[in-house]
Amino acid sequence: MSAALDIRGLTKEYVRGKPVLRNLDLSIGAEGITAIIGPSGTGKSTLLRCINRLVEPTKGEIRLTGAEGTIDVAKLRGRGLRLARRRIGMVFQEYNLVERLSVMENVLCGRLGYVPLWRAWLRKYPEEDIARAFALLDAVGLPEHATRRADALSGGQRQRVGIARALMQRPDLLLADEPTSSLDPRTSVEVLEMLTKLAAAEGVPVIINIHNVALAKRYARRIVGMHEGAIIFDGPPEALQDDHLRRIYGGEDWL
Amino acid sequence: MSAAKGGDAMSAATGDTLAPLRREWIRHTPGERLVRWAMFLAVVAAVVWAVRTIDIIPEFLADAPEQMADLLVRMWPPDLAYYPRTVHAALVETLHIATLGTVFGFVMAIPLALMAARNICRVPALNALAQVGLVASRSVNSLVWALIFVAVFGPGAAAGVFAIAFRSIGFVGKLLAEALEEMNPGPREALRAAGAPWGAEMLKAVWPQVRPAVWGVALFRWDINVRESAVLGLVGAGGIGVVLEDAINFFQWDQVATILLAILAVVLIAEIVVTRVRAGLL
Amino acid sequence: MSDTTLPAPRRTPFAPEWGMRVLGALLVAYLVYASTQLDLGLGRFVTGLGEGGRFLARMFPPNFARWELLLEGMVESIQIAVLATVGGIILSLPLGLMAARNLAPWWVSGPVRAFIAVCRSLHYVIVAILFVKALGFGALAGVAALIVASVGFVAKLFAEAVEEISMKQVEAVRSTGASGMAVLLYGVLPQVASRFVGFGLYQLDSNLRNSTLVGVVGAGGIGGTLFAAFKRFDYDFVSAILITIIGLILLAEVVSGRIRAAMQ
Repeated sequence: MSAALDIRGLTKEYVRGKPVLRNLDLSIGAEGITAIIGPSGTGKSTLLRCINRLVEPTKGEIRLTGAEGTIDVAKLRGRGLRLARRRIGMVFQEYNLVERLSVMENVLCGRLGYVPLWRAWLRKYPEEDIARAFALLDAVGLPEHATRRADALSGGQRQRVGIARALMQRPDLLLADEPTSSLDPRTSVEVLEMLTKLAAAEGVPVIINIHNVALAKRYARRIVGMHEGAIIFDGPPEALQDDHLRRIYGGEDWL
Repeated sequence: MSAAKGGDAMSAATGDTLAPLRREWIRHTPGERLVRWAMFLAVVAAVVWAVRTIDIIPEFLADAPEQMADLLVRMWPPDLAYYPRTVHAALVETLHIATLGTVFGFVMAIPLALMAARNICRVPALNALAQVGLVASRSVNSLVWALIFVAVFGPGAAAGVFAIAFRSIGFVGKLLAEALEEMNPGPREALRAAGAPWGAEMLKAVWPQVRPAVWGVALFRWDINVRESAVLGLVGAGGIGVVLEDAINFFQWDQVATILLAILAVVLIAEIVVTRVRAGLL
Repeated sequence: MSDTTLPAPRRTPFAPEWGMRVLGALLVAYLVYASTQLDLGLGRFVTGLGEGGRFLARMFPPNFARWELLLEGMVESIQIAVLATVGGIILSLPLGLMAARNLAPWWVSGPVRAFIAVCRSLHYVIVAILFVKALGFGALAGVAALIVASVGFVAKLFAEAVEEISMKQVEAVRSTGASGMAVLLYGVLPQVASRFVGFGLYQLDSNLRNSTLVGVVGAGGIGGTLFAAFKRFDYDFVSAILITIIGLILLAEVVSGRIRAAMQ
């Protein structure tokens, strides 16, 4: 299949003249996990947030291809942007569940781009949405938690709900922004395991920002190394050598 | 409700065909729903009752927007020349009433607060008595206090000062008593262990601990009193309300507008001053 | 040696609080000045004490003979409070959202905040008197005045509550492609709903207090009866009305306290 996401010349300046992303080109295939690694503050998060326009890109094209055709996300506004966003799922570092809503309501948030407002308001979701939400909760291992409030869950459980919410959108692309940085090592592995499996089953490509190089190598089929807003490594995990890591993160002693 | 626990990720994620386990999702438990319905019904019933029985003349309601617009048109432009002639002196009087009322109220509230604080005064009967006094002061609005003091002193600013003072007692006394009860007992015990008399204990152990609260409460109440003293004149207790009443009775709407602007300005300035001073003090 | 001849510098155990002393002196001077300005002499106070004694004597015992008039006024006050609270809350919801600087652009939040500030700065009795002149005597003016007061209070607190919400949760809902209204329903309102209910209850409580007063300027409720009784020197009826008002206020305080505790 062709590329799901094609980024051309993406530049983002929060302050004029100080680009965080420098004329970035990146193409993501229709399947598999792509891990983006790089030091803090190098623009990994900004890159992900530009893709679903939580951050406004300064310049460049972001072409998204999926079941509904190809669109340039960077040029959309209003309703068009909302329709694009519902095709892109996102998993957040701090889960970002709506804490005072139940787990089920959080998962159903993934349908907000699809259902009319009155249904969302009255919680009258179509039956197949509810069925799918239950199926996803089963899949992430939380079948009994539908009616619990999100703030009653542990970190790992919350992130599973976050993944279910993102998949509820039936996305063409899944973005995961440091999904394991707030979790302990064992839960991190469990969550990544689940994310990989579910994404493969749904046939959704995933872009994941990650600090942990070992985990990136273990789960990704492709690794992108960023340094100061530019891509300086792009290849399979096996090709990533200490020399590359030195260039990505700088310094020597830590290796 | 027998769920295929932890089911295979593949089957769950891929197929709506096999996935629907026909479980029902209900947002609230029956008990919660009952409570929500009861609350909703209570609110609706209260509104319906009020609307159906309240004495509102429909014709008044119908031309209300028109009347309001008419009033606003008559208010414009404000008669600013009226300010130096009459409004200024009344405004200053209002500020005097607010400030003197706050100070007198404070002076009267301190003994009541000491009596109400259970860690200062150890006699439960006196605690209760002080609480009754504070509640009585709080439950009577300053406008009602003004009516009472106009009856006692006759019309004039004196009635206003006393109204503000008596309304402030309950508010100030309650907050001061709370501050006293929250204070750390350590310093007092230390002083008592050193053989200090009651007065020294109050001055050197209690006062330093509650001083920020005292200033905060005083400023807070002064701010409220500036607002409240603006209306006392409507019942004859002095201040800018008297001027406002006159202007309204003579239908001098442009003068009314000037007075309202003056009140608005003073209230906003008082609020800004209080916020600034508090930020500097605390 | 020369230094032994130098007088030892006098050490003070406490730093003198000149600032506080000056402030105290200024306060005393002001009190004296303002008291003379307002003609608050001791003589006046003494005559006042005598008058006060007579006044209290005439208030006792309270006279509930005209209880029908009393009841009618109280019921109208409660109606005013209920309608004003509901009206004020309905208006405060959109106004509070529009005034929140983290959701609304500055050119919306600025004017709305100014409007709310004006509502809050004008005392409800002043607003009531204006509505009486514009809409005529009666409960309508009272309801309108207390709606203005409710907006000033509830909308301000609600806007502050909205400004304190977690924007991460809002961002997450927005990232699903939800529309603006859906983001409000799922991302914003769940975070502030319980506080909003609390503000509403508190406002009902204070509207009940205030609705007993707007009648003083002719805006309906028991206040009119009270003012008339004052004017006719019916002080035993005055004390009956005051006792009833205080009873209602204390009852409302207890009830709303219970509801708030139950909601925790």
